[in-house]
Amino acid sequence: MYTQAMDLAPAEERTLRSAEEAQLEARFEARIDNGDFIEAKDWMPEHYRKTLVRQISQHAHSEIVGMLPEGNWISRAPTLKRKTILLAKVQDEAGHGLYLYAAAETLGTSRDQMVAALHSGRAKYSSIFNYPTLSWADMGVIGWLVDGAAIMNQVPLTRCSYAPYARAMVRICREESFHQRQGFDALLVMMKEGSDAQRTMVQDAVNRWWWPSLMMFGPPDDQSPNSTQSARWGIKRLSNDTLRQKFVDACVDQAQVLGVTLPDPDLKWNEERGHHDFGAIDWAEFRRVVAGHGPCNHERLAARVKAWDDGAWVRDAALAHARKRATREQAA
Amino acid sequence: MSDRANDSQSEVGNEWPLWEVFVRPKAGLEHKHSGSLHAADAAMAIQLARDVYTRRQEGSSVWVVRSADITASDPRDKAAYFDPMEDKVYRHPTFYELPDAVNHM
Repeated sequence: MYTQAMDLAPAEERTLRSAEEAQLEARFEARIDNGDFIEAKDWMPEHYRKTLVRQISQHAHSEIVGMLPEGNWISRAPTLKRKTILLAKVQDEAGHGLYLYAAAETLGTSRDQMVAALHSGRAKYSSIFNYPTLSWADMGVIGWLVDGAAIMNQVPLTRCSYAPYARAMVRICREESFHQRQGFDALLVMMKEGSDAQRTMVQDAVNRWWWPSLMMFGPPDDQSPNSTQSARWGIKRLSNDTLRQKFVDACVDQAQVLGVTLPDPDLKWNEERGHHDFGAIDWAEFRRVVAGHGPCNHERLAARVKAWDDGAWVRDAALAHARKRATREQAA
Repeated sequence: MSDRANDSQSEVGNEWPLWEVFVRPKAGLEHKHSGSLHAADAAMAIQLARDVYTRRQEGSSVWVVRSADITASDPRDKAAYFDPMEDKVYRHPTFYELPDAVNHM
């Protein structure tokens, strides 16, 4: 989900290694095969380190950028109850971003380097956050579908071979199920107790978010160059298509409970496969959004850069204050 | 996440220093490592630790320590440090066989 652009990165070539390095790598591979966790200071191949930095930082960026579409509705939530829930959820996303940045930092990159990579456009974040949130129903649908897809993708990562990432994911998954439930609950109230206009609003939101949610799982398996290596390292345990199918199957029943229609005329149960068939995904759109041409790419990045720039004096002042106090305490 | 691959990098430029956070889940239990965060000073680190690591009553007490102040054993010494204990089985009560007459010891 939040790591989908991983699939779009070029597969890296193996470089020549010394005998010692080959031995270290053999030992590393044996530990992986044994199901051992790798800790930050353990020896690891450069490719493993680079892949993880890319994946974890991208995941962190997604959590932080993901605060923007929902932050948009905090001041416009329909009731105080919904407002406090949304506030708590957006605060959680900030927390998730922090857990993940910290996990990436254990690999030798710094927070500033990661932030700079995001702001320059070098680092990616999930394509889903480049879509606009046009109505209150979008808050419910993001919880239900977007966080639902996220959970499906993240649960296997709690067993990822890189321990600091796995530990961060345990914490995140524990908090994430509240996100999905609050979204479903908000939609259910509108569908069961709301007006016709509200029900239309929910259906409209489902229509807009369904396909982008399916894209969150990344390109089809046969177009996902890094999957084999990532699977071996436990960075990815189930394939994109497997997870996507699981998600579709789960959503069909939930949509029925809500009383909404999923916008796919080809969606139907396939008795033989034991799964739902579904229509073709517009991968050209996916690639367009990842490449920076989605409806909100520019706006999202501009908001992040502005927040960072506007906060610079606060960061500097806090540090100057801390240094001054430390100097004074030392003198005393 | 107390193990930095490269400690010096976190102090580059004007980045706030890194702190490790330890949370006591409830009275009677020990503080346990929860994660890390950046803060300008200790007071701010405590405040941020509350917001980042105890949003759902996960703790009743928080410790923070500068990551740079932690000294850790080297993973390359793992075998030399910890494996010798493997053959010291006599340190465990199960090493000793007692006559059936002795019930609880």
